[in-house]
Amino acid sequence: MIPPAAFLVLAALLFILGIVAFFVKKDLLTQFMAVEVMLNAGNLAFLALAKALGKADGQMVVLFVITVAAAEAVIGLAIIVLIFRQRKSIRTDDLKDLKG
Amino acid sequence: MALVIFIILSVLCAGAVVAMIVSRNQAHSALFLVLAFSSLGGIFGLLDAPFAAAVQVLVYAGAIMVLFLFAIMMFNLRQPAPPERKRLRAVLGTGLALILFAQLLLAGRRALAGGSPGAAASGGDIAHLGRLLFSDYLYAFEITSLLILAALVGALALAGKREGE
Repeated sequence: MIPPAAFLVLAALLFILGIVAFFVKKDLLTQFMAVEVMLNAGNLAFLALAKALGKADGQMVVLFVITVAAAEAVIGLAIIVLIFRQRKSIRTDDLKDLKG
Repeated sequence: MALVIFIILSVLCAGAVVAMIVSRNQAHSALFLVLAFSSLGGIFGLLDAPFAAAVQVLVYAGAIMVLFLFAIMMFNLRQPAPPERKRLRAVLGTGLALILFAQLLLAGRRALAGGSPGAAASGGDIAHLGRLLFSDYLYAFEITSLLILAALVGALALAGKREGE
């Protein structure tokens, strides 16, 4: 039997990897993918606790998170496409207009 | 047995995310993420959540990551693969198609044979999930449908914008 702590450790590892990817990468698309990795780490933690506590509510939360992630991906990608159309680039180094 | 599968899948998942960070090509990053999300779907299966596992593979690895790939193709930031690798791709594609065919055959045969006890148990679990969805989580479910409609309209409004408007 796999202990629930193993799943939680994997979830924490994935979340940290997502954060690292978000800060290491320099283009909007890959940073957006890093956000998806973090969402999945959260899902894994929800499912691990749902099994450890013997309740199905964790699984429901995961279904809602996946639905919201799909909606968020559509909007986010549309915004990135708009930025690319206006600037011809999605590298964050090229998007420094807000710098004071 | 479950422990071995868990270790293989978690190493695959974490390794694919690391490969996504290291990779410089965005399309490769997205494909590594498909691998990571698919193996995460396997881990969801280990957690007695077969429906979440199926949704993870279908929606996350399937729909969302394909959307990312479409966006990457639209940006067209990289040149296509060199022609000398076309032969390798044909061989790999044929192999994958054969594996998929064998899987479908096995799955179809098992479905016709009446299903294993494990499948029956997971069916009961999904029925429980459905009852929860339409009782305790009814409001959240209805609000989610509104959210998806808003996302659809918003994406159309954003993507339909012309430059300079």
